[in-house]
Amino acid sequence: MITDKEILQPEVLEAVVIRFVGDSGDGMQLTGSQFSDTSAMFGNDVATFPNYPSEIRAPQGSLYGVSGFQVHIGSVEISTPGDQVDLLVAMNPAGLKTNLYAVKPGHTIIVDTDSFNKKNLEKAQYDTNPLEDGSLENYRIIEVAMSSLTKEALKEVEGLDNKMITRSKNMFALGMVYWMYNRSTAHTIEFFNKKFKNTPNLIESNTKVLNAGFYFAETLELIPNAYTISPAKMRPGKYRIIMGNTATAWGFLAAAEKSGMELFLGSYPITPATDILHELVKHKHFGVKAFQAEDEIAGITSAIGASFAGDLAITTTSGPGLALKGEAIGLAVMTELPLVIVNVQRGGPSTGLPTKTEQSDLLQAMYGRNGESPVIVIAASTPANCFNFAYEAARLALEHMTPVILLTDGYIANGSAPWKIRTVDEMPEIRNNKILAPTENWYPYNRDEITLARNWAVPGTKDLEHRIGGLEKDKVTGNVSYVPENHEYMTHIRAEKIRRVQYNIPEIKTEFADEGDLLIVGWGGTYGTLHTAAKQLDEEGFKNVGFAHFNYINPLPKNTEDVLKRFKKIVVCELNSGQFSKILKINFNGLDITQFNKVQGLPFSNDELIQQFKKWI
Amino acid sequence: MEATTVEKYTFKDFTSDQEVRWCPGCDDYVILRSMQKALPEMGLKREDVVFISGIGCSSRFPYYMDTYGMHSIHGRATAVASGVKLANPKLSVWVVTGDGDSMAIGGNHFIHVLRRNINLNILLFNNEIYGLTKGQFSPTSLVGQKTKSSPYGNTQPPFSPGELAIGAQARFFARIGGNTPKEMTELFIQAEKFKGTSLIEILQNCVIFNDNCFVKYTDKDVREDKQLFVEHGKPMIFGKNKDKGLVLNRLKLEVVTLGENGITEVDILVHDAKEQDPTLHQMLVRLEYPLVTGIIRSFDDVTLEEREDALTAKVKAGSNFTKTDDLFFSGETYEIV
Repeated sequence: MITDKEILQPEVLEAVVIRFVGDSGDGMQLTGSQFSDTSAMFGNDVATFPNYPSEIRAPQGSLYGVSGFQVHIGSVEISTPGDQVDLLVAMNPAGLKTNLYAVKPGHTIIVDTDSFNKKNLEKAQYDTNPLEDGSLENYRIIEVAMSSLTKEALKEVEGLDNKMITRSKNMFALGMVYWMYNRSTAHTIEFFNKKFKNTPNLIESNTKVLNAGFYFAETLELIPNAYTISPAKMRPGKYRIIMGNTATAWGFLAAAEKSGMELFLGSYPITPATDILHELVKHKHFGVKAFQAEDEIAGITSAIGASFAGDLAITTTSGPGLALKGEAIGLAVMTELPLVIVNVQRGGPSTGLPTKTEQSDLLQAMYGRNGESPVIVIAASTPANCFNFAYEAARLALEHMTPVILLTDGYIANGSAPWKIRTVDEMPEIRNNKILAPTENWYPYNRDEITLARNWAVPGTKDLEHRIGGLEKDKVTGNVSYVPENHEYMTHIRAEKIRRVQYNIPEIKTEFADEGDLLIVGWGGTYGTLHTAAKQLDEEGFKNVGFAHFNYINPLPKNTEDVLKRFKKIVVCELNSGQFSKILKINFNGLDITQFNKVQGLPFSNDELIQQFKKWI
Repeated sequence: MEATTVEKYTFKDFTSDQEVRWCPGCDDYVILRSMQKALPEMGLKREDVVFISGIGCSSRFPYYMDTYGMHSIHGRATAVASGVKLANPKLSVWVVTGDGDSMAIGGNHFIHVLRRNINLNILLFNNEIYGLTKGQFSPTSLVGQKTKSSPYGNTQPPFSPGELAIGAQARFFARIGGNTPKEMTELFIQAEKFKGTSLIEILQNCVIFNDNCFVKYTDKDVREDKQLFVEHGKPMIFGKNKDKGLVLNRLKLEVVTLGENGITEVDILVHDAKEQDPTLHQMLVRLEYPLVTGIIRSFDDVTLEEREDALTAKVKAGSNFTKTDDLFFSGETYEIV
C-alpha cells in the first residue's frame, strides 16, 4: 500500500507549503482552512490561498474541476501563500496532473490510490497510471487507499449513506497531515461539534475518520515524523485568522462605529467581491443596512442616495462592475458626496478570469469616467491590512467629501492570514463635514479652506434645504452654472481637492535600503511576494536594493519623487502590462523606470522575481 | 412642553429662487404648482421632503422646489431615492421621472422599486416623446408616430405604464391628466398618505414635440365624456350626463348607458382600489374608452422598510454583539505572548 521510495532524513523546517487538491466536491477548501487555523493557533505565521474553478460543480474527475487550497506555515514571517509545494495531497488523478508542476523535486505527494482507477485516469487524460509508469520517480509518493480506509473506519457508524462516507475522506487526509506536522486534532474536532450540532452522527463520523488518518500516519513508521515547525516570532497580542474580504467588511464596520455613522452598502453579487456583501448582511445587530440591488448601477446609485441622506455609504464590486458604475462615480464627484467603491480586481477585460487575480483595473480606477473626474485611489496589500485600508477609505471619503476607490484583488481577498485584532479605540479619529445649522452666507458648496471639502447638509436638517446634481455647479451658490470660466475653475478645484489629500496620508517608506542601485516598486496585493523576494536579496547580501510598496496611488505620497530619486534604477512590478509605471512616468521626469509585468491571472513567484532582479543588480 | 405642531406652510415656502426654464405652455408648470400647493397640506416638515430626479425635461423639477433635492443621472432616480429612503425612512421621498427616464434607460430600477414596495412616491411625466433630446420616440410613443428618430413612423409597440407597473407589483397606481391641477393636487396628497411605493402617471402634453397627444382625452370639452375618474367605493359612472357606466361582460369591461336595456346604477361596477388581485385594475388601466383616471389601485401591503426593521429588531434581540469589538474578539482567536 505504501511504497516509500526514498526515506528522507527528519528535518527541522522554518516554513512549509502544503497544497490540498481534489474534485471541487471533495472539501479541499475546508481541509486547508482547518489546517491553517490549527497552525495559527499553534503560533505559526500562516498565509493561505484557495484556488477553485469558476464552475460550481464541474464534472467529477475532470481537469478543470480541480479545486485546491494552499497553506504556507512557518516559524518565521510568512508574507505569501508560497510558490513551490513541499507536500501535495492529491485526492484524484486530475488533482495530481494539474498540480505536479508546483511540487519541489524530492518532496512528498500523498495520493488516494482508490481514486486512481481507469475512469479517473482517463478523465485526467493519463495514458498510463502515473503511480506505475515511473513518471513520479523524482518525488516521494505516499500511496494510501484513503477511500477504503475511510469506509472501513465508518463501518460501525449508523445512518450514513455512501455519499456521506465518500465525502469524509478529506478528513482522513487532514488527520495524516496533522500527525506529520505535530498538530493536534482538537481544534478540528471542536469545529465538528459546532458545525454538526444537530447531526450527531456526522460529528462521530468525521471525528472517527480524522483520528483514523492521524493514527494511520502514526502507525506506519514508513512516514518519518520529519517536520517540526516551531511557533513564529510575532508581536504579542490577540490574533485571529482573517480572509481579505472579511477584513474589508470589518474595516467598514469599525469606521462606521468610530465615526458614529450608520453603514449603508449597495451591492450586486460579483466574483470575487461577493464575500464582502455576505459578511456585511450578517451584521444587522450593528444597524448595517446592506441592500442587494438589481444591478451594479443600482448598487452604487442607492449608495449615493444613502450618502446624500447622511450615511457612511459604500458599494462593492469587481472590474466589470466598476465599468458599469463609472457614470455614477462621476455623479458623486460632481455632487462631492462621500462614497467608497471597493473593487476586488480579477482578470479582465470583459468577463475575463473571474476567479483569478490581476491588477489591471488601476487605470480604470484612475480615469475610467467621462470628463475630468478625479477620485482618491488606494490599495490594500495583504489580507489583514484590507481592514486598515477599508477603514482608511471611509476616513478619507468622509474627511474630503469625495468618492474613494479601494482596490484589492482576488489574491488577497480570498487569501487569509493572522490579523492582530484592532479595537475601535485604537483606530484613528474620523472627522466628517456635516453641518447642523446654517451659517451666515451659507451655501452647499462652501468649502473647508484647508481640505477644500464642501460642507455636508443632510436632509432632515432645518433651514439647509438645497439641491445638488450632476450638472456643473456655480462655485459659490452651487446652483446650475454654464459659465465657461466657472466650469474651468470647478474642474481645477475638484482636482486640487484630491491633490491636497497628500497632506492627510502617510509618506512612503522604503525597506532594506534608503538609497542605492535598484528600487523594487510595487503596489497593492503583490506586497507579500515582492517583500519576500526583496528580503531574500537582502539576506543574500545585496545591500543596494531597496523596496517601496505603494498603498496610496491617487494622490501619491508627497515624498514619492524624493524616494524614487535616491535609486539609480527603479523596477515597477505589477500584475498588468505596466499601469502603475505609467502613472509614475506621467508624474516624474528623469527616472530610470523599468517594468516587470505578469498577466497570467497568477501572483508573482519568488523564483521568477529573484531571477529577474539579479539581472538588473 | 415643546410644540409638536408642524409649521403651516404655503406654496411659496416650497418655491425655490431658481427661474423655471420649461417651454411656455408646458404642463410641467401645472404639475409644479400642484405639488407646491399639495405639500403644505401634507403635514410634513419642509426639511424632511426630498425630491430625486433622473434626466429629462421633468427631471429639472427638484431645482424649482425649495426642499432637499438631487438631480441625478439618467434612469437612476428610483435607485438613488431607494438609498435615500432606506438610509432615513423618516424622510418623504419623491421621484420625478419621465417616460424615457423610467421606462427606457431606467426600466430595470423602475420595476424593482415597485416590486420592493419602498415607501416613496413616483411622479411619472408621460408625454410619449423625448423632449430634452429634442423629439425622438419613447417607450410610450405609439406605433406609426412620426418623430425625429422615426421619420417614417415608429415601429416599436409602446408600454402602457400602468400595465407595466401593476405587472411589476405596484401597490398604488393613479393616472391624471396634466391639465387638471385640482385633482392632481389631491392625488399627490393621497400618494403621500399611502404607505408603499405610489406611482402617479401624469399625461403631460409636450407643446413642442408632441403637442395635443392626449387632447382627445384631456380637452375640456371632451374630458367628462372620454375620461372615467374612479374613486374607491363608488360606481364607475362617467359622461357629461353621468349616464355611462362600466359593467363586466364575461371577461371584458363594457360601456353601458344607464336607462337603456333596463340598466340602472346597481348594475354598474363599484370601484375597489384596495383589492389585492390586480386583474380588474389591469383591465381598467388598459381601457381606451373611457380612459380611466384617478386612483386605480391602492392595495395596502408591507413595505420593504417594515420588513427590514422587523428583521433588524429580531437580529438585535438575538445577538450579543453591540460593538464591533464584540465581533472582532468573538469565535476563534488566539494569544501570542
